[in-house]
Amino acid sequence: MEPIVDARKIYKRYYIGQPNELEILHGVDIKVYPGEFVAIVGASGSGKSTLMNILGVLDKPTEGEYFLDGVDVSNSDDSELSAIRNKKIGFVFQTYNLISRQSALKNVELPMLYAGMSGRARARRAKELMAMVGMEDRMDHNPDELSGGQKQRVAIARAMGNNPAMILADEPTGALDTKTGRLVMDIFHRLNEEHGKTIILITHSPELAEETQRILTLSDGVIIGEREGKGHAGA
Amino acid sequence: MLVLENILLALNGLRANKTRSILTMLGIIIGIASVITIMTIGNSITSSVTNQMNSMGAANITLGVQQKSSGVEEDARGMSFRRGPQRDEMRDEDYITGEMVDDLLTVMDDELDVALRSHDLGNGSITDKNNKGSVNVSGVNNDFIKNENLEMVAGRIFTGKDQKEARKVAVVSDKLISDVFKIDNEEALGKQITVVIENQYKHYTIVGVYHYDTSKEVYSFSSDRATNMYVPLLTAFHEHHTKERYRDLEITVQDTSKADDTIKEIERYLNGRYFRNNESFEVVGFSMASMIQSYTEMMGTLSIAISVIAGISLLVGGIGVMNIMLVSIQERTREIGTRKALGATNSSIRMQFIVEAIVLCIVGGLIGIVIGLIAGYVATPIIDEEATFYAPINGILMSVGFSVAVGVFFGYYPANKAAKMNPIDALRYE
Repeated sequence: MEPIVDARKIYKRYYIGQPNELEILHGVDIKVYPGEFVAIVGASGSGKSTLMNILGVLDKPTEGEYFLDGVDVSNSDDSELSAIRNKKIGFVFQTYNLISRQSALKNVELPMLYAGMSGRARARRAKELMAMVGMEDRMDHNPDELSGGQKQRVAIARAMGNNPAMILADEPTGALDTKTGRLVMDIFHRLNEEHGKTIILITHSPELAEETQRILTLSDGVIIGEREGKGHAGA
Repeated sequence: MLVLENILLALNGLRANKTRSILTMLGIIIGIASVITIMTIGNSITSSVTNQMNSMGAANITLGVQQKSSGVEEDARGMSFRRGPQRDEMRDEDYITGEMVDDLLTVMDDELDVALRSHDLGNGSITDKNNKGSVNVSGVNNDFIKNENLEMVAGRIFTGKDQKEARKVAVVSDKLISDVFKIDNEEALGKQITVVIENQYKHYTIVGVYHYDTSKEVYSFSSDRATNMYVPLLTAFHEHHTKERYRDLEITVQDTSKADDTIKEIERYLNGRYFRNNESFEVVGFSMASMIQSYTEMMGTLSIAISVIAGISLLVGGIGVMNIMLVSIQERTREIGTRKALGATNSSIRMQFIVEAIVLCIVGGLIGIVIGLIAGYVATPIIDEEATFYAPINGILMSVGFSVAVGVFFGYYPANKAAKMNPIDALRYE
């Protein structure tokens, strides 16, 4: 089976050619296959964020190759990268990153808007997705009228907007209490199990990582360990 | 599609930040409002002045005999000489005679229409029993009467014979008939009336009655207003024992737009032919059309001055918009980062913020237009009572256009800055 994420020998350096040149990633190899739920764990400063930016094509590696869903994205230009982020990747951030002046529904519509979908089709799909995360009652509320857990559910619905190849979740429960965090994790499991969505979870929490199928441990810019997780025990 | 979404988003943003938006738009509001106010007042007054001047006879040229300016003059050969002693009193030979007018009308047949010949006999009074009425008596030709647009309610205007034979007939107003004689207009026809002008009794037979239009009154402080009484032209000259001659008279022209050229030609012709050897007097002409023209030019100059001021105001307003857009983009860095992560291209981010700047400017412009129209509506009657409100459509369209242009011009730089943000830095921005 073709991997969805196929990153080979990824290096990332900053301040290249200057005395303070800094190498954050020292040749990382990652393969993630369709339908997998993978966790990347590591302490802060291990290069997690940098790796996530590269996997999410928000940033380009200094060296190395990255095939996303079979396409080499290492040499894509800005607008190609925008299209890739739009269609292939669904981002879920620790801080939700909802647009505060727009209703929850409009937030969910955003990726579809940028994909050029018509207004009616957008609204229909956005409502379906809101129902999927159990937010159909609060679609017309602005984000500042929602609790943290509700915001994160809206953000997950938004990430699913264009039915991406994978969801990239960066500490999605980091700002939530244990109970709501659990709720959000359950949604990820459901997306993975029921919808077959490929999910990469970036976290520093070993407990959350254990719930996934495979755990990659990142330390000082290299993958130092790879093992199977315990998987989802069921809600 | 995206544009519509962006417009809605921008309007939402305006509503969310009302105070800030209004303050930002203030420069544009003031700029546009001042232009629209001035244009409204200008247009309203111009149209009223033009109407007034037209009703006073813009198509007419007034010719008058004027004392020549004294001093050194240059003759045709370029020799300068001092004028001889000048007379102040007009003599017989200094007047424009009827023959000169006839000659002029024949020679300049293509340019000129008719001469509105009249000779003023002065103010007179008419008494019947205890009733007294006053009249301004003037001898006129039929072209003059036609030009007055009188509405005849009884009888007729003068016949050719009345004019040629200098008959003692008169056309008077219905006001005079009802005020003094208290009879029907029809009954007044054929009635002998006696007019006292400067202690002289003059007798006329009424042949026509016209309707006195009170709405044409310029001054209305006297209820005992003198109305016009017309007699045949030659009759009036005979009363003064003179031949047909004028100190001034009006001539209508075929083409109003060429009035200035026509005046010059008339002056050249009459002065060259009849006043060549007259050391003291000459013929000069002027027309309402040329006055309207100079008035319009003056308004044009004023408009340019106002436009410059408005331009400066719009420039300042535009800089304000640019400033607030830069602040807004700074504040919304994370939003921009998020949008990019969700797949927004640089150009869609750029468009979002340009549209936002344009919306800001257009809303400001529309507020300015409304304020300007209201201000103009209020101010116009204060400046000129007779002026009717006239919305400057061109000005409104231009204002909207300028608002868009200011939005695009001053929105581009901030929008481009937003578009070029690095998504990672933007997402991480606190």
